[in-house]
Amino acid sequence: MLDFIIRRLIAIIPVLTVVAVFVFLMLRLTPGDPAAVIAGDNATSDQIADIRNKLGLDEPIWTQFVIWIGNILQGNFGESFFFKKTVAELIAQRVEPTLALAICTLVIAVAVAVPMGVLAAYRHGSLVDRFVMGFSVMGFSVPVFVIGYCLIYVFAIELGWLPVQGYVRIGVNFWGFLERMVLPSVTLAVVFVALIARMTRASVLEVLNEDYIRTARAKGLSNRVVLMRHALRNAAVPILTVIGLGIAGLIGGAVVTESVYGLPGLGRLTVEAVLSRDFPTIQTVILLFSVVYVVINLLIDISYTLFDPRIRY
Amino acid sequence: MSDKMTDTKRPVLEVRNLSVTLPAGADRVNAVEKVSFTVNPGEIVCLVGESGSGKSVIAFTIMGLLAKALKPSSGEILLEGENILAADESRLRELRCTRMSMIFQEPMTALNPVMTCGLQIDEVLATHTQLDAAERKSKIIAILDRVKLPEPERIYASYPHQLSGGQRQRIMIAMALVLDPVLLIADEPTTALDVTTQAEILKLIAELQEGQGTGVLFITHDFGVVAEIAHRVAVLRWGELVEMGPTEKILSRPEHAYTKMLISSVPSIHPVHRGVRKDGPTVLRTEKLGKTYSASAFFQKARVVKAAVDVDLDIRKGETLGIVGESGSGKSTVARCIARLIDPTGGKIFLGDTEIATMSAGKLRPHRRRVQIVFQDPYRSMNPRITIGESIIEGPMNFGLKRDEALARARKLMETVRLDPNSLDRYPHQFSGGQRQRICIARALAMEPELLIADEAVSALDVSVQKQVLELLDEIRVRLNLAVLFITHDLRVAAQICDYVAVMSKGRVVEYGSAEQVFGSPRDDYTKALFAAAPGRNWEFGKFAAA
Amino acid sequence: MSAITPEEIVDSASIAAASTKRKSLWALAVRNTAVIFGGAILLVMLVIAILAPFLGTVDPTRIDPAARNKKPGTEITFRLDDGQTAKRVVLMGTDSLGRDVYSRVLYGTRVSLVIGVAVAVASIAIGLVIGLVSGYVRWADGIIMRIMDGLMAIPGILLAIALVSIWRAGLITVIFAIVVPDVPRVVRLVRSVVLSVREEPYVEGAISVGTPTWTLMFRHILPNTVAPLIVQGTFIAAAAIIAEAILSFLGIGIPPEIPSWGNIMAEGRTLFRVFPHNIFFPGIFLALTVLAINIMGDGLRDTLDPKMSKKV
Repeated sequence: MLDFIIRRLIAIIPVLTVVAVFVFLMLRLTPGDPAAVIAGDNATSDQIADIRNKLGLDEPIWTQFVIWIGNILQGNFGESFFFKKTVAELIAQRVEPTLALAICTLVIAVAVAVPMGVLAAYRHGSLVDRFVMGFSVMGFSVPVFVIGYCLIYVFAIELGWLPVQGYVRIGVNFWGFLERMVLPSVTLAVVFVALIARMTRASVLEVLNEDYIRTARAKGLSNRVVLMRHALRNAAVPILTVIGLGIAGLIGGAVVTESVYGLPGLGRLTVEAVLSRDFPTIQTVILLFSVVYVVINLLIDISYTLFDPRIRY
Repeated sequence: MSDKMTDTKRPVLEVRNLSVTLPAGADRVNAVEKVSFTVNPGEIVCLVGESGSGKSVIAFTIMGLLAKALKPSSGEILLEGENILAADESRLRELRCTRMSMIFQEPMTALNPVMTCGLQIDEVLATHTQLDAAERKSKIIAILDRVKLPEPERIYASYPHQLSGGQRQRIMIAMALVLDPVLLIADEPTTALDVTTQAEILKLIAELQEGQGTGVLFITHDFGVVAEIAHRVAVLRWGELVEMGPTEKILSRPEHAYTKMLISSVPSIHPVHRGVRKDGPTVLRTEKLGKTYSASAFFQKARVVKAAVDVDLDIRKGETLGIVGESGSGKSTVARCIARLIDPTGGKIFLGDTEIATMSAGKLRPHRRRVQIVFQDPYRSMNPRITIGESIIEGPMNFGLKRDEALARARKLMETVRLDPNSLDRYPHQFSGGQRQRICIARALAMEPELLIADEAVSALDVSVQKQVLELLDEIRVRLNLAVLFITHDLRVAAQICDYVAVMSKGRVVEYGSAEQVFGSPRDDYTKALFAAAPGRNWEFGKFAAA
Repeated sequence: MSAITPEEIVDSASIAAASTKRKSLWALAVRNTAVIFGGAILLVMLVIAILAPFLGTVDPTRIDPAARNKKPGTEITFRLDDGQTAKRVVLMGTDSLGRDVYSRVLYGTRVSLVIGVAVAVASIAIGLVIGLVSGYVRWADGIIMRIMDGLMAIPGILLAIALVSIWRAGLITVIFAIVVPDVPRVVRLVRSVVLSVREEPYVEGAISVGTPTWTLMFRHILPNTVAPLIVQGTFIAAAAIIAEAILSFLGIGIPPEIPSWGNIMAEGRTLFRVFPHNIFFPGIFLALTVLAINIMGDGLRDTLDPKMSKKV
């Protein structure tokens, strides 16, 4: 087991290296002088020279990379030229809303989608199945911000049940926090429900065709026991996998959702950074999200052992 | 079983006039057509038939586990007098595993991989009895012991993947018999197992059913198994029961033409005297041929699998050398090394005078023509997207033959393998399995090879088709004076087609000699055990004239 | 002699009876209700895109300060180029610069369809080449797959955002930015098909009759990738249309004067509470188009590539 974790940790090194190289090269791939790009359109030549100096842009590219990666490994992500803060500080301020949004979304999505998928598979070909599949296609097709605005229009503007936008820190006012979390999480959960419900359905359907399900039925077990005890646990691994891969979509969706609902999270920070061409921030955010994504998938990989004894490490 | 005993007791299973309808658009209306038979207590009844005969459909109908597309349309199934075809789902659930049980063909997939074996049997007891946990556990340990599994406590806590195929089938049998049902349905329970394991499982089933007086409905396609285990036999063809009677009578005095044909097609386990000539030039010789797979990973010991070790073989022109062995013995590895579909890791392969074991892919290409291979699975051996004609002429055209010459050759070869030359423009899916295997032989022959490798080439075929393909192969060998390397797990097939036989076990050749010598007086212990396990070895299947 | 002679095996009746299932796959796909339904909606969108100038639209970039923020159905008076005035009803209202939303939405169809097709074609073309190399050239496989794994570790939209932030926004850069995250997925698909088909006995059969590598690839392996790639292509197109809308909506997509659905919605964000039509109309068009493609993709997958239906 420990062996396996260590091996998996080693296996993510090349992946993260590629990510780091990409993020590093991002700036260098820009047409023109990176320093000028960072400094913005109205910068003086002194400012540009200053940035050039700070980033060590005159060094050979290998040296630059080593210095850059060295800084990052020490937790020094550079300084935002736009926000006039260190990037680390900036990110620390913005983590909470994004984390809260992601967790709420995941909880809602899994709680809704897994039963939906199981039911659809169990009643394969029935009206319930068609409804679930229909909902799932819709979920994939309506962009997150359209869903967001529809929900705002109905629940916040027309019915007035919930606040339109904004964020309250969880420590400041829990009820206010919750109130403002409902719509964004539901919005973001829609795609996720579509994804997980579909995978659950497909996975359970596949398992239901397995020989051991036939054996279970030949034992005289009831349909419910066959489904819950034999089918679902065997279907768990692909479902978990898709949840892990879906984290990428969740991160992307968070960027949009935060913009729609005015949540001051990392997603909004990303957009603001891009609009102001604040490269140190963009680089760090991408790096951070990628690491989170890779690590979550690593954890999911490890969790497979709980569901399937055949996966031996 | 004595006839008296069956007279005094009422049958445990009575199938009367059973018909099962296929969905619209199938090749026939009924999967099963007006089938009637009985199984008495303590009796083993074999349902025999080739693929598509409806034998498994009958088994699943009895258990009520039929796929939704199939519908029983008439008849009755009486289990101890109760018509279970009319029973509702909850009644069927009560009967399953208590009065009737079933074991399946694939022990590898029939058990839930994420549950321990003990718990899977425990479910049966928990569902159907009021026993408490301790009582259930002791009952399970007892049945595990009865099916002769070593260390029942350890097996109880094991997951299926930790057990061998034979052990898993024992678990299935334990699960099926733990509540002493009156009827056991066994659907090809030994087909997926090696011959030695098969013999053990057959013995176990016979012992257990005799002890408990269980009626067994045993489904098989293998007449060797029938001869080994059955009291009575029912022969099925296309859903119809063509003949039924005591085993001895059906096997020695069949009445129906189809039964006669089937039994005549079973190859004898005694090799025919073939008058081997010792003077032909050597076509293929291997010298200490070896193939080792090693998988290495971080923080893990490299796992080394020796698939073939020091294999020395030689084949002369006009000879057939058979390699027999159980799964994992390395016989296919050797064949694939010789065809250079995989690269050997040691030793030499001489094709005539050319050493090809270490030849680079580029240099090898001209020599590819000289060795051709026919694979096991007739459904995957041809590109489904191109016509069979294109498949056959591909090789010759690679070696510079003009298209029309290649086509002319293909037409001739189609006649050689007894297929209509005008069907060259058809696609593989339009042919049956046996026909496709003939096309594959034609494709191989189109290269005018010196050595033809048949890698389990008849294993996927029904026995009657198998016989035809075997006859064809032998005829071609004689006519073209070909060297043939014949890989098979089926001793009967090997006995009929091979001049020489190499027996492989765990990657090594354990015995090598003329077929007569190896079959007649085996020296190696493994070979002896292998032959002793061959089902129906004491039964000489007659050759009957067609009616 | 047995009852069934080998001669009887040549039974043309039985050969003919085996229906020509394989060939009719495409015919089957075309008859699938989902494919027809999705295809019909798409066809309507395509007609709208082509005929946009003739469907009662005006110049979608024309700014009219006098007609700002009109609700749908309002009649406005506007000045023609020759100085005369005319009246027209704005079906979907106008935006905060007085541009006609109806015209912008209709012209927006063009942008979305172009993006969908371009991204699907480009990512499949690039992914196919890399995937074939990866599946075929052993030493390259490791390197390529590590790079692909790395690219896949960056969430797609973020990668696209990063790329548009490097190059100044424009239609081509947006297309390219959406293509890059899709390529690894195509590569993986192609590679897995190549690797599994390579193991098929018929490919080994072709190798043993001395078929050269290129023929092997194009004749025996490549055709197997067509069906899964077409299916994948439809899903890529759908996702690309959404991705463009997201980028434009966030204000980092194609330049705001170009009428794309995302841009119209981005423009309508600030005044959403009062004038929701700026978001709803393009939103409906966007959702409908993507829905049509997805439905078609599901239908294609069910008929062309049943094995893939298991995956999402």
